[in-house]
Amino acid sequence: MNVKILFFASLREALGTASESYTLPAGGLTVGTLRAELALRGERWQALAPGRNVRAAVNQRMAGPEVELRPGDEVAFFPPVTGG
Amino acid sequence: MSISVQEEDFDVGAEIDALTAGRVDVGAVASFVGLVRDANEGSGVSAMTLEHYPGMTEQALADIVAEAEARWRLNAVRVIHRYGRLVPGNRIVFVAVAGAHRGEAFAACEFIMDYLKTRAPFWKREETPQGARWVDAREGDAAAAARWGTGGEGGR
Repeated sequence: MNVKILFFASLREALGTASESYTLPAGGLTVGTLRAELALRGERWQALAPGRNVRAAVNQRMAGPEVELRPGDEVAFFPPVTGG
Repeated sequence: MSISVQEEDFDVGAEIDALTAGRVDVGAVASFVGLVRDANEGSGVSAMTLEHYPGMTEQALADIVAEAEARWRLNAVRVIHRYGRLVPGNRIVFVAVAGAHRGEAFAACEFIMDYLKTRAPFWKREETPQGARWVDAREGDAAAAARWGTGGEGGR
């Protein structure tokens, strides 16, 4: 019942971690609620707080906050992209 | 389509030649090369490091090219994006589009670059005299992608 969470770029640096395994609660979780849960962990995690410019992907595709997570999913949080 | 995400440099002439080798239906090739500049946001830039999201990067670029192929009749598309540490003057990105006529080649090349700027998971970290800093996304990039009609950042 776990999902894999990845963090990239400035967000990875702010949080001091690149990845973790996260156990989904029985009632399930969306991308938005997962982000809100993580933001409650403490000061560093405020980098994920509402209003911060953070994007998400699920299974390597851009995903909005409404997307439901399923066991085995790969969720990623990162700042807006700056390639090219 | 052919997509590469790599540390190594690339040969622009060889890539364009490869796109049209052995075919006589191509009437136009439009290409774009992005380079590292020595200044950004008022500071000198001595180097930059590009981070990316392995796996998603290739998928995102493939989705962008597929969308271009759905919009225009194209003969071939080549995209190369580098990652790792680069210095001013280095090539970062290459997009080349082959089509029967210049109209679709120009349009698709610009479309792919505009979408790549807002959808492909790359992040730049610049080294400046004031220290290293992550580059912020530009408002103009989102606007450039949005003018193609479906917005710069897709949902799942």
